[in-house]
Amino acid sequence: MAEKPTLREDQQLLDLEPLGQIGSEASASGGQLTRRTFLSGLGAAGLVASAGPLSAAAAPMGQAEGAAGAHTVLTVNGEQHDLGMLDTRVTLLDALRERLYLTGTKKGCDHGQCGACTVHVDGRRVNSCLTLAVMVSGKEITTIEGLGVPGRLHPMQAAFVEHDGYQCGYCTSGQIMSAVALLKEPVGPSDHDVKEGMAGNICRCGAYPNIVAAFQQVRNHSTMNG
Amino acid sequence: MQSFSYEKAQSVEQATGTTGKFIAGGTTLVDLMKLGVETPTQLVDVTALPLAQVETLPNGGLRIGAMVRNSDLAHHPAVGKDYAVLSEALLSGASPQLRNMATTGGNLLQRTRCPYFRDPSYSNCNKRNPGSGCAAIGGHNRMMAILGTSDACIATHPSDMCVALTALEATIQVEGPKGKRSIAIADFYKLPGTTPNVENALEPGELITYVDLPAPRKASKQVYLKLRDRASYEFALASAAVVAEVSGGHVRAVQIALGGVGTRPWRAHEAEAALTGKPATAAHFRAAAEDALKGAKPSSENGFKVELAKRCIVRAMTMASA
Ligand SMILES: Cc1cc2nc3c(=O)[nH]c(=O)nc-3n(C[C@H](O)[C@H](O)[C@H](O)COP(=O)(O)OP(=O)(O)OC[C@H]3O[C@@H](n4cnc5c(N)ncnc54)[C@H](O)[C@@H]3O)c2cc1C
Ligand code: SF4
Ligand code: FES
Ligand code: FES
Repeated sequence: MAEKPTLREDQQLLDLEPLGQIGSEASASGGQLTRRTFLSGLGAAGLVASAGPLSAAAAPMGQAEGAAGAHTVLTVNGEQHDLGMLDTRVTLLDALRERLYLTGTKKGCDHGQCGACTVHVDGRRVNSCLTLAVMVSGKEITTIEGLGVPGRLHPMQAAFVEHDGYQCGYCTSGQIMSAVALLKEPVGPSDHDVKEGMAGNICRCGAYPNIVAAFQQVRNHSTMNG
Repeated sequence: MQSFSYEKAQSVEQATGTTGKFIAGGTTLVDLMKLGVETPTQLVDVTALPLAQVETLPNGGLRIGAMVRNSDLAHHPAVGKDYAVLSEALLSGASPQLRNMATTGGNLLQRTRCPYFRDPSYSNCNKRNPGSGCAAIGGHNRMMAILGTSDACIATHPSDMCVALTALEATIQVEGPKGKRSIAIADFYKLPGTTPNVENALEPGELITYVDLPAPRKASKQVYLKLRDRASYEFALASAAVVAEVSGGHVRAVQIALGGVGTRPWRAHEAEAALTGKPATAAHFRAAAEDALKGAKPSSENGFKVELAKRCIVRAMTMASA
């Protein structure tokens, strides 16, 4: 488990913001359809123009006063973490980032539209932003931190480096988690097939051609060896 | 987000014996809870129920468990072989990650993507807030429905899977506090009328357990064609599911359902009647498409959907008879 970082005062404030604020974010727009909430209604197409990578909503720590909790044990990258009575509203994404300090998994849209939060649950790729932590208690979770480490990268991580499969890097951990899962899924041989298989991961820097090249290299290499 | 208690149901009886809201893949529900559109105080996780199998029925049909994930269903050999339209529809929806999460039961009950429905800062939405009016009529309505609309609501039913299930004439098996019953998919979805908040035939506490498909038609050609703003990971502007028997240059039998244009998955009976027994030619396809869209009522921004849906039918029929 990652070390708990020392927080600056402003970060601590953000940390303490209750999850209940999420619901009122929309109401705060006072009857006006804000660009952000409107676009989030349009499906993935709205994403690129909508919220930036940083979400205003932070997860509650533990259980907010009066809120329901449930005993939650997360097995992440082979290690068990007993989170005690966790607020039932906490998503897997927020539990990973705010409780376990595994910040490699990113929050883009928080609504299933971008893929930045992709992790594996029992070996399958899912959007951790739409997964309630309590629902995956006891399942095997793998994040980008569990894939490889500097000096001993997963072949997909190495291929992303080699092919420049990113620019700003914000979508990258999600792209790599998706690509690793895709290796085991039914997917045709062409670049077009790979693009369709990777369609759940949006990259606003447009690194798509290099991501496809990285995937094709890993897949062809492992076919040659296996 | 509203606080809620959580329990994982271990049996169907336990699930139907509660007053809580069911959660399966969570890809509709958690999204809407974050937006403050859904505010359950009690969640009942149904993912551990023994309803995750796909099995052949004695009559040659297929029984799909409500917990079967969309990706597993799409790649199931029996579905790929005999119900290709379902496989294609599933794979055209959402993203691989979401399909790994989404279940058959949850997909049937996914909610509309109407942006006003999804934004509680708008009080005027009859679906969310009965009797409050409709912000989409006269508002942004490019994505809205043109068939089955009412003065109270013009929201599109967004599912791809349900369009294929409509063409395949699926039956939905449910179990509730009062026992089991079967509902034909044609009777499952309600038109909005004056009560767009009532979306389907389920009674309180009823759980979808299975979806049954009839035995596959011999020699049927199946096509799902989805037209949208982007090549992938986007909802349909118009889609067509076609199950057709074409031989000797004639359409012997055909079932057509439309997506992206109706307030519910839309069975195009008029087009089917216009095609049955007729030569499989472009002119007949076009005439049938005209019939299918006769009742269309576009709003200020979505008039283009009328022609788009017609061309979608023509192209899907052309593919199915090639
Ligand atoms: C970004 C994004 C893009 C998408 N794009 C598409 C698309 O292109 N095409 C498409 O078709 N869909 C699309 N979807 C919708 C997706 O297919 C649905 O969210 C999904 O199928 C819902 O299934 P679920 O198991 O996650 O449902 P949940 O969210 O778990 O549940 C949905 C509803 O069904 C109820 N429910 C669940 N299971 C049962 C049961 N067995 N019995 C009774 N009630 C039950 C729940 O109480 C809830 O009200 C998209 C979703 C997202 C977030
Ligand atoms: S179209 Fe229906 S869902 Fe959308 S605002 Fe009007 S009533 Fe609400
Ligand atoms: S954060 Fe965008 S899909 Fe989860
Ligand atoms: S979003 Fe910047 S690298 Fe993909």
